[in-house]
Amino acid sequence: MPDSLALTESTYYILLSLTQPQHGYGIMQQTEAMSKGRVRLAAGTLYGALNSLCEKGWIIQLPCDDGSRRKEYRLTERGKNVLRNEVSRLRELVDNGETILGRE
Amino acid sequence: MENRKTIRKWVWVWDFDKEEEWLNEMAMNGWVLESVGLCTYNFVRCEPGEYSVRLEMHPYDESYLAFMRETGAEYVGRMMLWIYFRKKTADGPFDLFSDIDSKISHLDRIGKMLAAVGGANLVIGIANTLSPARLGWVNLLCATLLMYALGRIQGKKEALEKERRLHE
Repeated sequence: MPDSLALTESTYYILLSLTQPQHGYGIMQQTEAMSKGRVRLAAGTLYGALNSLCEKGWIIQLPCDDGSRRKEYRLTERGKNVLRNEVSRLRELVDNGETILGRE
Repeated sequence: MENRKTIRKWVWVWDFDKEEEWLNEMAMNGWVLESVGLCTYNFVRCEPGEYSVRLEMHPYDESYLAFMRETGAEYVGRMMLWIYFRKKTADGPFDLFSDIDSKISHLDRIGKMLAAVGGANLVIGIANTLSPARLGWVNLLCATLLMYALGRIQGKKEALEKERRLHE
């Protein structure tokens, strides 16, 4: 799959949460806060998504050294590019929508 | 008053969502799942509505269980490839899957398992029918049932895929 396909809402918020290192529960909380409670990532969905994003190389799992079993993740440069492309795609969608429907 | 009870119940694989609904009704009525066995559900008293219960098919994976615990879910037990979790309702809503994609991939996992076991039964069934033991019909019956189950799961998956053409 090319990197340029539209992201799902879950993927978008997961990537956005990972500009700073973050563990799973932190991603869930941050996503909920950013979307003002609208997007709630369920644990099974998040776990699957983190594994796929690691495989794609958009995020990496950080080595855990402090003995805690909580795994932390962070965005890679490639992931950041995907995110930038997505933002311009979304901007195009919003711009076209506003042009046609008028700004409310 | 009894504080524990055991219910024996047979659930078809395609009714896993109904099973989950039933477990949540039990929790609503003050009985939360404490452990599971073969066709056996052990409950313990709880405050009505104190817990929500979820189940899914997931291969054994210690890091997944650790991840779930981190998010406040409690691992109740497993039966075959099915894992059962519960979470206090006071700790917020509890779902395992929050988008259509992950629901589809869950059904995919179930489908693959059914296809594998069903296929194996078909092969063994044919081999046994040709052998002097003549017990092949047992496997062929299993294979038929598993293929039926696969069809039911596939149906659920197609409904979600149709939905995904319009929504995420």
